[in-house]
Amino acid sequence: MKAVKLTGLLIFLTGFAIFNSLFFVGDYYLTPETAQRIIANPSREELFNAEAAKLFNTTVESNVTFVKRLTEIFNRINQKQLQHYQITEEDIEAIATQRSTPFSLATVDSVFRDNTPISIFKKKALHDFGGWLEGQSFNASADLKLQLQKVAATIYTYGIINNTGFDRYLRKDLTYALTKASANGPVKNNPDLFLLLTIGLCIAGALLFILPRLSLEPGIKNNGIFFHAMKNTGWLGIVTGSWLILFYILLYFLPQYMTNWISMVDPVSLKLNGYEAGRFFLYGFLYTLCILVMGVRMLIHYRHSKYQILRTLSVMFFQTAFAFLIPEILIRLNQPYFDFKNIWPLDYDFFFDNELDKLIAGGGLGLFMLGWGIALIIIAVPVLVYFFGKRWYCSWVCGCGGLAETLGDPYRQLSDKSLRSWKVERWMIHGVLVFAVVMTAAVLYTYFTKSSWVFFFDSYVLREIYGVFIGAGFAGVVGTGFYPLMGNRVWCRFGCPLAAYLGLIQRFKSRFRITTNGGQCISCGNCSTYCEMGIDVRWYAQRGQNIVRSSCVGCGICSAVCPRGVLNLEVKDEAGRFGKPILIGNNNIKIVE
Amino acid sequence: MKHIVIIGNGISGITAARHIRKQSSHKITVISSETDYFYSRTALMYIYMGHMKFENTKPYEDWFWKKNKIELLRDHVVSVLPSSKSVALASGQTIRYDILILATGSKSNLFGWPGQELKGVQGLYSYPDLMAMEENTKKVKHAVLVGGGLIGVEMAEMLRSRNIQVTFLVREAEFWNNVLPLQEASLISRHLRKHHVDLKVNTELQKIEGDAEGRVKCIVTSAGETIDCQFVGLTVGVSPNIEFLKGSGIETNRGVLVNEFLETNIADIYAIGDCVERTYTLPGRRNIEQVWYTGRMMGEVVAQTVCGNKTRYEPGPWFNSAKFFDIEYQTYGQVAPTRHPDEEEFYWEHSSGKKAMHLVWNKTSKQFLGINTFGIRLRHECFDAWLRANRNIHFIVDHLEEANFDPEFFARHESEIIQDFYQQFPQYKPRKIVKA
Repeated sequence: MKAVKLTGLLIFLTGFAIFNSLFFVGDYYLTPETAQRIIANPSREELFNAEAAKLFNTTVESNVTFVKRLTEIFNRINQKQLQHYQITEEDIEAIATQRSTPFSLATVDSVFRDNTPISIFKKKALHDFGGWLEGQSFNASADLKLQLQKVAATIYTYGIINNTGFDRYLRKDLTYALTKASANGPVKNNPDLFLLLTIGLCIAGALLFILPRLSLEPGIKNNGIFFHAMKNTGWLGIVTGSWLILFYILLYFLPQYMTNWISMVDPVSLKLNGYEAGRFFLYGFLYTLCILVMGVRMLIHYRHSKYQILRTLSVMFFQTAFAFLIPEILIRLNQPYFDFKNIWPLDYDFFFDNELDKLIAGGGLGLFMLGWGIALIIIAVPVLVYFFGKRWYCSWVCGCGGLAETLGDPYRQLSDKSLRSWKVERWMIHGVLVFAVVMTAAVLYTYFTKSSWVFFFDSYVLREIYGVFIGAGFAGVVGTGFYPLMGNRVWCRFGCPLAAYLGLIQRFKSRFRITTNGGQCISCGNCSTYCEMGIDVRWYAQRGQNIVRSSCVGCGICSAVCPRGVLNLEVKDEAGRFGKPILIGNNNIKIVE
Repeated sequence: MKHIVIIGNGISGITAARHIRKQSSHKITVISSETDYFYSRTALMYIYMGHMKFENTKPYEDWFWKKNKIELLRDHVVSVLPSSKSVALASGQTIRYDILILATGSKSNLFGWPGQELKGVQGLYSYPDLMAMEENTKKVKHAVLVGGGLIGVEMAEMLRSRNIQVTFLVREAEFWNNVLPLQEASLISRHLRKHHVDLKVNTELQKIEGDAEGRVKCIVTSAGETIDCQFVGLTVGVSPNIEFLKGSGIETNRGVLVNEFLETNIADIYAIGDCVERTYTLPGRRNIEQVWYTGRMMGEVVAQTVCGNKTRYEPGPWFNSAKFFDIEYQTYGQVAPTRHPDEEEFYWEHSSGKKAMHLVWNKTSKQFLGINTFGIRLRHECFDAWLRANRNIHFIVDHLEEANFDPEFFARHESEIIQDFYQQFPQYKPRKIVKA
């Protein structure tokens, strides 16, 4: 058995090493045709061609250099465009000398009479950005000039690159797409082989490592967890956490460096949805595989508990079908990409204008999706939480929960159980919920009024901040990267706004509770130790009190690890849910609280 | 405001301290030489097995004691001086008390075996014992355990978690047969063997032999068999830890003698928990009961009395629980290892051999007396109420389903058990339709 396990580990590490080495493999070769196909905009193409001549048809050795060259090209183009299109002092002077009182934008039209592209741009920009000058009176031409200079500065910052150059969003997309398309080498030429050599080996190795557990008697086997370098934040845990954090940073912020990995799954993507893979296809693919493989581990580990078996099968199913396959198939069918189990505010962009437009444009199915998404928020969440507790979502359906309960299971004991961390948790998670609600309200306000300014902020800036710091930073980088450092539910516990919403209902209006069995608790602490949400379960159990906590995701592990059969997840009549602490024992003792 | 001094920071002493604090503003000092803070003794095994760290076994965070004004003193009480109402500490200090509560727990039994003082021979009761075990089992390949009780099986599980071979000497015909009926004792024995514990039943320890360095090298059994080993766990029960009370005038026998108010013979001195021996009898209960729950109950009771609400120690129906490797055990009421002529019994075992139930009742009155359950969790609340209400066996069998405390989706066996029961006792007609 030991030999099988060791072989599995070696195979896994080989696959993992190859996976990482792909970062350095291959060279990059950009042709004008590729650039044309990817940029797909004649005027931008022209600009690009003018600056990229030296890059075309040459072999670049590494992705770092290639990305650097692209960055330089974009910088040069933007610099040039700024010089071309900026409103000069002479322009301002010309407008000011022709001044009319009150000021009229017609002046601008007369200054930029000729129909050169530059004049056309300047005219339009001054109209767009300086519309508020129309009809204003200025006492001196210096005053008018001052205002025009301000408008010119705004155009310089926001107008020129966005309209005539490559803004940061476009640059990010193009850098990624050009890098991926220019990649040349073994991975690009044999994606299937490399998929097998990396992810294939990792899966095979992991399964070989996991399966020998079957030879152990069924039951809780937590032996050696706190001696393990991986499971007790030892060196291995720190290395793993760092790797995960780096992976997420690449995924969300620097996808241009992971094109080899993405190319590897192109064939899979083509088969599923008919398109080449993007970074989020790779992510979804790996995510699903992690849940499936580590789900097998979970199934073996807890095979004595039917609750754990069904729960694990459920998260494996919802991830594979709902989060991965169905959305990809929808794309193949030319329907909007939609995850039928993702719920706002976890699905924070559900109400974004582009998402709403996409669904509304999606015809009958799109409208159904819109209605379904809203019904999940206002009907499914309260009703199902009332009957089953928030676990119906958090530990049976949710993808984040699914990963936490499978890939993250070996780290559940690392959650902080202190009272202090509970206080921090309540502030943080409800803070994120408020942030999500305010952000969404602002985004909807903009959607209906077409005005991006809400009170004193810009809804586009707000949603971007949310996306970067909460959506990517918290849920992704911290949420998963911190598994080996702070336990597997960092995001669910401290950040998920949907968990906060589900939790509020669970706390105040639900039939769900964890009951304590009379006086049988021996305060051993297994329940608290293995609570991934950091609930000090023992605190309640040793007082004979029901556990009713908004954060409880109902994973059922406290009940499973309890050596005395003290804890049970139950749905019962609401009456008596907040039972007084009663320990069955001596006659006539009433516990004074 | 009185000064209440509690000796011992285990479950009894700490429960007393907490409940006194809830009801009064007396000054409370808890003295212990074992650890700085209260930890769960029952969890020691999990530290050794790597399921938990010592930190995890502390039921209260360290700030709790200061916040609740419970003073914790790390020292060892060498003697109690009732004449001056004070205790003398190993540090040389003496502390005056107005009320003294003895909660000093137990120590492992040693029966004077030759070689019991050798290195690598020990019992397991306290945190220092655990530290010693950690040290004593380094590089050990084979261990011998003596005494088929709960600490023995815990030690077996601990050692097996580190792949140390275990030979387990049990005096009875099967493991824990002095407490469990033979059916259950056999079930657990089978399970132990499945976990590669070499169980030697009807076997006692004769002597332990050491090497030149004074370290255990083998043991000899009562059958004359020599077993090579590098570690011997002596787990033949515990007895009250009361040596330091000699000469204090506090009456002791095997334990500190107390009346139903947990008072000793000396005014203002109480005793609770493992170290107690009751001078009065309670039906179906031994006078010394060294379990977690009785310690906790005594702590609650003595707190009432100390705070002016004089309360009798009247533990309700007996209950206990344990876990033998993967098999959980709960018991409610009285299930003696052998049947009294007045008693009738029903034993059901699942085909897996890992689940069982054993019910006992009075033959004539049909009054339900007790139940052992293995691998099926039962609701304490139900059985406590049913035992207090003197329900008959009929009622218990018909309401078995109500008492199930297993997690959702677990296989349920009540209908099978009920069916078997009525097949075996056709004279008891089922009162409700039994689902097949």
